[in-house]
Amino acid sequence: MSTLIRQSATPYTGPAPTNRTPYIPTNLEAIHARQDVIGARIAAPHVSLERDADLPTFLVERERIVDVLRTLHDDPELAFTMPLDLFGVDYPNRPEGRFDVVYQLYSLKNNERVRLKVRTDEDHALPTSYPLFKGFDWFEREVFDMFGVRFEGHPNLRRILTHEAFRGHPLRKDYDPAQRWILTEKDIAVIVPVVEDHDDESEFEQVTLNLGPSHPATHGTLRVVVTLDGETIIGAGTEIGYLHRCFEKMCETHTYNQVIPFTDRLNYMSAIINNVGYCMTVEKLLGIQAPARAQHILLILSELMRIADHLVCIGTNLVDMGALTNFWYLFQPREEIYGLVESCCGARLLPTYTRVGGLAIDAPHDFMEQAQRLVNMIPKYINDVDKLVGRNRIFMDRTIGIGKVTAAEAINFGFTGPCLRACGVPHDVRKTSPYIGYDTYDFDIPVADGGDTYARYQVRMEEMRQSLRILQQAINRGLPDGPVIVDDPYIAAPPKEKVYNEMESLIYHFKLIMHGIQPPVGETYFQVEGGNGELGFYVISDGTKNPYRVRVRPPCFAIYQAYTKMITGQTIADAIATLGSLNIIAGELDH
Amino acid sequence: MATDKVEASGSIINRRQAQLAGEGSEKGMLTLPGESARQVAGDDLGNSYITTKFDMVANWARGNSLWPLPFGTACCAIEFMSMVSSHYDISRFGAEVVRFSPRQSDLLIVAGTIVDKIAPVLKKIYEQMPEPKYVVAMGACATSGGFYRAYHVMQGIDEIIPVDIWVPGCPPTPDGLMYGILKLKEKIERGEIGR
Repeated sequence: MSTLIRQSATPYTGPAPTNRTPYIPTNLEAIHARQDVIGARIAAPHVSLERDADLPTFLVERERIVDVLRTLHDDPELAFTMPLDLFGVDYPNRPEGRFDVVYQLYSLKNNERVRLKVRTDEDHALPTSYPLFKGFDWFEREVFDMFGVRFEGHPNLRRILTHEAFRGHPLRKDYDPAQRWILTEKDIAVIVPVVEDHDDESEFEQVTLNLGPSHPATHGTLRVVVTLDGETIIGAGTEIGYLHRCFEKMCETHTYNQVIPFTDRLNYMSAIINNVGYCMTVEKLLGIQAPARAQHILLILSELMRIADHLVCIGTNLVDMGALTNFWYLFQPREEIYGLVESCCGARLLPTYTRVGGLAIDAPHDFMEQAQRLVNMIPKYINDVDKLVGRNRIFMDRTIGIGKVTAAEAINFGFTGPCLRACGVPHDVRKTSPYIGYDTYDFDIPVADGGDTYARYQVRMEEMRQSLRILQQAINRGLPDGPVIVDDPYIAAPPKEKVYNEMESLIYHFKLIMHGIQPPVGETYFQVEGGNGELGFYVISDGTKNPYRVRVRPPCFAIYQAYTKMITGQTIADAIATLGSLNIIAGELDH
Repeated sequence: MATDKVEASGSIINRRQAQLAGEGSEKGMLTLPGESARQVAGDDLGNSYITTKFDMVANWARGNSLWPLPFGTACCAIEFMSMVSSHYDISRFGAEVVRFSPRQSDLLIVAGTIVDKIAPVLKKIYEQMPEPKYVVAMGACATSGGFYRAYHVMQGIDEIIPVDIWVPGCPPTPDGLMYGILKLKEKIERGEIGR
């Protein structure tokens, strides 16, 4: 039996919010025009337009959602082939259906996104979109786990992030954020891998082997159960959620600026990029932009973080294959990068350097010199390791043709980032929808063929070189003068000297700390290119100091779904090498 | 040579003003770290042994050869990796032999958030470790749940296993963790803990 633990969670009892203006996206005419074009293609009585959203948005009837998804997917003009995100939103007092289930699709052909919303309640199941988009498999399970919305026809609809003894659906608004359920050992469900297309002619006995969740090669807390025939994997099953830290629920109980430390801990290898993604989403909702100086500093730090992310990914991947030297060697430039981050804000790994509207504090005076020193230093490390392993016979034998995924499969699974580019698809958010000035820099998107472990290694290596190119251009341009945070007392706290000396500033400071930032009422989605792919944030504001809902679109979550398929038919050692090359970060995977 | 009385000082070896280590009657003996001179018993056995308490030697050996098992779940595990790798290098203090099998290790470093789903695993791993065993709770999450006061996060690992050293920080810096391990070493050598 599970035990119930209840801890106090103090609800907000402060003054009523005042900001009730609706959120109006920019370039509304273009969105409306595009919405009309798409709407004409899927024109049907069961689809209605939702105007004034930041993406072309359609409200679809529950029974017809799969038909609409299929139309969008199959239409050669629209070609919404990539499943981006699927999540729920709870409006407990809405009479026409308590939950919104939101689908977001992406079209590589037209470089555009579309959003579909379905209204449902606890009693009515949605048809599953799994046969159409393999990438929505785990997303549907997550909606079921978090909200209790059922998907009819889903082959494996069970809890994914929370544990077996959990009761209730935590992202519902009436669930107490601090109510825990204790899992004991006898509650843990047994995972039996599904074995398909296997002729039992082999002389070996089939063995089921459990890897993880505490295993040196899983880099975090992943659990894989494999069925072996000899040394060949003939069936695999995965279990995740061993680091489910309730990011989305925590966002709802904190103010907009207090959420930033939580975003650090999603992909903790490249924390600054998460900060940028979240803050830019809220800035989009507020209709503001960080000053040029802040954007320039963030661009430099983002690219350095991308390099650090890839260095660790390659280093640990090589450790799994027995090449320990590279790991020790690559940690040195990484420490130097952290040294620069530490000089900016005092923290190494999880800096929380941004605020909504800019930066917490200005960069040190020698920031550019230190960045230049790093840019001079890092290529040697990258090239040395590339020389050591790039054409190494053992490494190539261990990686070429291992963990293969084709471009069509990768898109259907919702791959983004280096793993998608390793399949030959040149998709990079920095190019397709540039932010913080990426469109003004000259850099290439590295693409490799094959979609195997070796291709992913090559793409990451080349991406680091491209990042260095961006960094050199950014350093040559110099740091723009000016403030690092917007001058708006309702968004950014006034400087401390003013707070101590001026009555007005003291009041603004107090207001901001006590009542927080109160964005206009509305919802918005924004995406950045994280270390692993498209990192998207979806923020819904109801005008109060806490976000109504924050949804993170973690790139790992989509990528890791394909893992069981990728390793079936391979050996255990290859499965380990494949896992390392996917760079699954548990914090991001489990939110 | 008369043997001085062994005093219950911080050091396990009875010190005496004598010749430099490796010279005179001590020639050929191993030099222990931090020891420049030591008590040597002179008798028929030919100056080949020193006298102390068995517990002291055992604790001294344990403290200087910790074999950590990193139960790394989250961000703290990355800082643990920094601590064992080239820049900080915990091998200077004899704790670099990282073992991922609980049966081969005596120091459990819980690095990262422990959620309710993984709690039975942590408990099982602790129970599988042979005695004596020590536990370091690294970071705010392992210590108290950190800022995750949430429906799926354990509010500190001392809900399920005993802890010897708590290292603060979110995440602790590698030098912070190193300090924690040195403190643990001191505790072990003083004989304060030992299960």
